[in-house]
Amino acid sequence: MQSLTNRSRVVVRKEMTFAEKIYIPAILAGLRITLKHFFKKSVTVRYPEEKRPFSAVYRGQHVLKRDEYGAECCTACGLCAVACPAEAITMVAAEREPGEEKLYREEKYAAIYEINMLRCIFCGLCEDACPKEAIFLTDRLVPAFNERGDFIYGKDKLVEPVDARIDISKRQTDAVKEFKTHKELRHNRLKEDLD
Amino acid sequence: MPKVTIDGHSIEVPEGTTILQAARMIGGNIVPPVMCYYSTLKTSGGYCRTCIVKVSKGSDKDPRPIPKPVASCRTAVMDGMEVQNITSPELLKARAGVVEFLLINHPLDCPICDQAGECYLQDLSYEHGLAKTRFEFQRRTFTKIDIGDKIKLHMTRCILCYRCVKVADQLTPQRVHGVLFRGGVSEISTYIQKAVDNDFSGNMIDVCPVGALTDRTFRFKSRVWNVNPVDAHRDCSKCKGKVALWLKGEEVYRVTGRRDAYDEVIDWICNECRFDKKKTSDWVIEGPSNISRHSVISQNHYTLKEPRHKPLLNAVKVVPDQNLINEKK
Repeated sequence: MQSLTNRSRVVVRKEMTFAEKIYIPAILAGLRITLKHFFKKSVTVRYPEEKRPFSAVYRGQHVLKRDEYGAECCTACGLCAVACPAEAITMVAAEREPGEEKLYREEKYAAIYEINMLRCIFCGLCEDACPKEAIFLTDRLVPAFNERGDFIYGKDKLVEPVDARIDISKRQTDAVKEFKTHKELRHNRLKEDLD
Repeated sequence: MPKVTIDGHSIEVPEGTTILQAARMIGGNIVPPVMCYYSTLKTSGGYCRTCIVKVSKGSDKDPRPIPKPVASCRTAVMDGMEVQNITSPELLKARAGVVEFLLINHPLDCPICDQAGECYLQDLSYEHGLAKTRFEFQRRTFTKIDIGDKIKLHMTRCILCYRCVKVADQLTPQRVHGVLFRGGVSEISTYIQKAVDNDFSGNMIDVCPVGALTDRTFRFKSRVWNVNPVDAHRDCSKCKGKVALWLKGEEVYRVTGRRDAYDEVIDWICNECRFDKKKTSDWVIEGPSNISRHSVISQNHYTLKEPRHKPLLNAVKVVPDQNLINEKK
């Protein structure tokens, strides 16, 4: 058959020599490589006892923040879901009842908020889109699970506990911190809130 | 037929046409934005001032310019009039000032508001508004009122465009709500929170340019860009029954009137169609509504959609305002 390119080679099954037939030199060469690695520095760490340092811009598992009084910041505006390129976020909004002011900051809140960690690509666009500073990506890892359903994180896993706050100060850019110092930019706050 | 030139585009229009209607006949981005004018509501317009334009030449007979910006929804064209809208930087600055005024008391609570995504004030403040407010005084706030079991009034968001008052005046036999008080303290209210219940009161929700009047049956159910609008109709004894259904899957989230290129409702619909027919089986679905692909409502909907309407020269229905013709005589 005419070959299409001139790069094809005919496979040659060469008869093995005596040294190759007894295999011992090849085994010794392999053992030498293995032994050499005993004296090298290990490339892995013993996770979870030992953890590698994270970069300041590392984007891991999300957190839904609470404000300084412990009320959930998320108002279920849906901007994170519409910004999400992987369509990993779904939510159902609900109206805050009278008496729930300490639980939810705004009159609307997310009754269901789910992130599918299998779909999520940890790009951080949800964090960018959030107008309420409610969602942040943290330096925590999403662990492995046996069931696919376990990867759908609901509010039970996403909202930070009141007594174990999660530090996100590294994720707030200088521009955001600067913006927050300008009280006159906070349109939707009442005057007494500003003072 | 008077000939008017808007931003360099000339058009001959019938006597009594306003500058805004002439601009809409030309179409495109020279059409001034409106917050209060509604072509199908008589005597609407003239309150919000967002449609201001600069008249650089009054007419052929009197070529002097009009010294102040004029409200284009209320000013009839003259023969030979030359109008500047987007070509005049000082006019855009003036409009930004108008937007700043509209935003004085408006809470920017778009993340909560059900109107977000189809709100003209949101578009306007995005285009012209400042991130900063210069208003140093207490903003006025109101508690939310249920007017009837279907409509929620959040007066804090109201910009006093009077559209809902005109709807009640012109569509329903008896108006039970209106604007109380004057100036900076004026507010939309009913007679001691009397329920607004007549067959066409739901249209107040559709005409509200902001989120002051919202549908209680749709309240916080979904963001508008997460629901899919389809045109549908049914036999209705009270209205034409031509509506837009907002679906998520098979579920009807809300029913509104169909809107034209300027987001004005084409056919008013009755409350029965709007609030009570929330099943797909109640309706004959015609097909997807045409939404501009630049609208957030088109977000994440993967079907290719044509622009809602290309504003063609003859496509826009022009009703000369009888009052303006009479004023000229």
